[in-house]
Amino acid sequence: MTVQTMLTSLIQAFGTTLFIFFFTLLGALPLGLLVNACRKSRFAPLSWLTKIYISIMRGTPLMLQLMVVYFGPSLLLGITVPGNWRSTAVVLAFVINYAAYFAEIYRGGIESIPIGQYEAAQVLGYSRLQTYFKIILPQMVKRVLPPVTNEVITLVKDTSLASVIGVVEMFTRAKQIAVAPHSPGMITFLAAAIFYYVFNYAVAFGMERLEKALDYYE
Amino acid sequence: MQVLEMEHVKKSFNGAALHVLRDISLHVDEGEVVAIIGPSGSGKSTLLRCATLLTEMDSGDLRYSGQTAARSGADGRAVYADKQTLKKIRGYFGLVFQNFHLFPHYSVLKNLTDAQISVLGRGKTEAQQRARELLAKMGLSDKEDAYPCQLSGGQQQRVAIARALAMDPAILFFDEPTSALDPELTGEILKVIRALAEEHMTMVIVTHEMDFARDVADRVIFMDGGVIVEEGKPEEVFAAPKEERTRQFLARFADR
Ligand SMILES: Nc1ncnc2c1ncn2[C@@H]1O[C@H](COP(=O)(O)OP(=O)(O)OP(=O)(O)O)[C@@H](O)[C@H]1O
Ligand SMILES: [Mg+2]
Repeated sequence: MTVQTMLTSLIQAFGTTLFIFFFTLLGALPLGLLVNACRKSRFAPLSWLTKIYISIMRGTPLMLQLMVVYFGPSLLLGITVPGNWRSTAVVLAFVINYAAYFAEIYRGGIESIPIGQYEAAQVLGYSRLQTYFKIILPQMVKRVLPPVTNEVITLVKDTSLASVIGVVEMFTRAKQIAVAPHSPGMITFLAAAIFYYVFNYAVAFGMERLEKALDYYE
Repeated sequence: MQVLEMEHVKKSFNGAALHVLRDISLHVDEGEVVAIIGPSGSGKSTLLRCATLLTEMDSGDLRYSGQTAARSGADGRAVYADKQTLKKIRGYFGLVFQNFHLFPHYSVLKNLTDAQISVLGRGKTEAQQRARELLAKMGLSDKEDAYPCQLSGGQQQRVAIARALAMDPAILFFDEPTSALDPELTGEILKVIRALAEEHMTMVIVTHEMDFARDVADRVIFMDGGVIVEEGKPEEVFAAPKEERTRQFLARFADR
């Protein structure tokens, strides 16, 4: 196998990595808001369930969660899963896991906003929903950006865990290539490492730009 | 018509362990300027918070221009009006906080227009026009694109006053509007409030600035221990207080 075939193959698998990455963020970033809202719900059972969910997500390995989501429906519940279940399951597992972490981060962000902001909004006549979306949320976003960046970078690396349910993302592909006969060997891992690094660098750069864009106040 | 009527307001904290307001009644006429003075912990802020619906009173009546926000029920506990009514009543008053509480992510102009648009339903042009009018009055016309963090404390407080006025309240409450400011900045705020008084804006001002209270108020209320100890025209209360507690309190200020 030539280095070029190796790279082509890695790039294909990198597409899967990107797929997991983007769909996880697309689902988990907003879901985290909902999770945080449920935790603070005045309806006690909902708040309770949410707390249990968060603690399970944080207290067990993501690898295990991937397996439960992928195998669980058929093995535990006897449901016949659709043919494309693997890619759905991987995104689903990542989304529910990351949403729990994001919810924790959002909570910290929201709690750091002075009570006076709520009171000023209330006296001006803003509804609760308006207060949340116009006053609290924008300020929260700015405050949580640094910890969210950390999570997003962790996510880039976590995508490799998808291999546990047989999803061939970039790292899995690198392993397959490296052990194949006549392969470029260890260079494959070096190439994969560079891909991850560059991707992370781009992510960090993007997030930094976002932080700068929000630097206009405070 | 009385803009504000509060009757027999009681409020305690920590499960009735701490009585902060013990039967307070306060009526404010249209165009009247009322100054509330009193030692720390006497319940001045709590009274304003009850009036502005930030804190629920335990019992008592609260009315704005004859509309009931809350009244004591059969068991004596305050019963609040429904959401719709309370929303309407919130339009009657404004509150200026000690620490401004401007929205840091909004420009000065947006701080003044956003609630007009999303609460009062005004059009953007109309809201901006009203905002600019008020900024000019506050001497802040050149600051409409600034963010609160770029302003001095005195400027921030003037923006906060303009933000409250932009909603065209029938009555404006101030809770120690100059206490968070450096002494050299208090003057600019007092000047603004004085100008509002001259336009007969109805105001209730909690303050530790005794000279200012004497100057600007039509009526002075001295609170201590959760009750109104004494009230009257400023010249009466300041020059010839009837109550011993008022005399002691004022003497402490005279010493300064
Ligand atoms: N949310 C609360 N929970 C418990 N106690 C409170 C609360 N708010 C106020 N208090 C207490 O009520 C009393 C009166 O407080 P308040 O803030 O109304 O006084 P104040 O007259 O405004 O004083 P200051 O001049 O210091 O502002 C104080 O003893 C205070 O500790
Ligand atoms: Mg106070």
